[in-house]
Amino acid sequence: MRALLAGFLLCLFAAAAAPAAELPALTGRVVDNAELIDAATEAALVARLEAFETKSSDQIVVATIPSLGGEAIEPFANRLFRAWGLGQAGENNGILLLVARDDRKMRIEVGYGLEGTLTDLHSKLIIENTMVPAFRAGDFSGGISRAVDDIVMVLEGNAAELEARAERNQKDGTGFDAEDLFVTLFVILWVVLFFGGFAMALLAPVFGRKIGPGRYRWLGMDISYSGSGSSSGGSWSSGSSSGGGWSSGSSGGGFSGGGGSSGGGGSSGSW
Amino acid sequence: MHATALSNRFRRLPAFLLLGLLLPLLTACGYNAIPTADEKAKAAWSEVLNQYQRRADLIPNLVETVKGYAAHEKEVLETVVEARAKATQVTVSPEALSDPEAFKAFQESQSGLTSALSRLLAVVENYPDLKANQNFLALQAQLEGTENRIAVARRDYIEAVREYNTTLRTFPSVLWATFWFTDSQPYQNFTVAEDKIETPKVDFGAKQGG
Repeated sequence: MRALLAGFLLCLFAAAAAPAAELPALTGRVVDNAELIDAATEAALVARLEAFETKSSDQIVVATIPSLGGEAIEPFANRLFRAWGLGQAGENNGILLLVARDDRKMRIEVGYGLEGTLTDLHSKLIIENTMVPAFRAGDFSGGISRAVDDIVMVLEGNAAELEARAERNQKDGTGFDAEDLFVTLFVILWVVLFFGGFAMALLAPVFGRKIGPGRYRWLGMDISYSGSGSSSGGSWSSGSSSGGGWSSGSSGGGFSGGGGSSGGGGSSGSW
Repeated sequence: MHATALSNRFRRLPAFLLLGLLLPLLTACGYNAIPTADEKAKAAWSEVLNQYQRRADLIPNLVETVKGYAAHEKEVLETVVEARAKATQVTVSPEALSDPEAFKAFQESQSGLTSALSRLLAVVENYPDLKANQNFLALQAQLEGTENRIAVARRDYIEAVREYNTTLRTFPSVLWATFWFTDSQPYQNFTVAEDKIETPKVDFGAKQGG
């Protein structure tokens, strides 16, 4: 049964993965596969984007590709955004700045969570006023760098919202904060009390030893069903396992998306 | 007598254990697959409706702005207003997704609006003042963004329905569909709109006089 199901799932996944053309790998915050950005700018960009993520939890990634392979830039950018999972999982606060060199097209793809802050119009203006003139002059490094400045500026413009977002996504080392621990303990306590009571009442006649009319001895306790004289001995707690928080975050210093998604917000342009 | 009571209890024990073991296995047998896929498809549909509504909401503003510069393009403007009115009237609730007629009507009304809008945007090309208008630029950016969101929502819906329809027809979930979820019908999916199938007409325009 299990094997069959596994096979079934595998087939499903294979079918889902089939139509997608090959996507570039997420090697860092700047994926310069088209070799448009010079080394100094790239290093500066990476540092700036990293600093901005620590500050705000927003993930901005710059990607350049040689060619779209005949696909329109909008679906490609959306596919890439979702494959990389930019932005934090619950927050969807990622932004992808994609440049397709041979197609002479660019797109700013905005995650669900930032659509209200970096609107389509903002993206359009950044593309038309900052990127297109620089790209036409052949200054790809400068255009991309200034576009990232503009994006950061817009996101910082809504300062209160930015702070709230950063606070919500504060990560400590363990990925398991105090609030989570408290909630887990609380839930465990009440589950034990609630179901423990039920279990006591229902299971004692089944598993316990009968020591009198309506009285049972089970787990070292005498349980009476006659209405009075219940004596409780020790207490026991079921070892409920706490799943804990699993973070899909960075592993080994590399960069990876936080699991965010995009619904096609943003804007595209060409030069 | 005591011994038989005890053995009775022990005989009941395996039944308890079996039940405890089998209940979680129901999920592995695909009992949850159909409702899960169903809800996912419905949610994807709500997103489609949401984005189409967003487009419809943009249109009155757009029409007003265009009117200010190109009032005599009455015919095109009226077509857009009419198409919008028609498109907002026809909606398909998530419960009616398996109804091919309703789905077809919805798709037709929306593609009517799409073609009316693209005609309007083509006409606008003739008005440089309008194209430079800030308000118009903003509306255009929003409209483009919305069209793209519609495309994404449609793609998500197509994928969700594909998965849902697959669970209805494949083993082992097909057993549940046959014996338990007998009301579950395959959902309708988008087909490519007719205006997209037509080969583009190349017209070099007699006006320019070659």
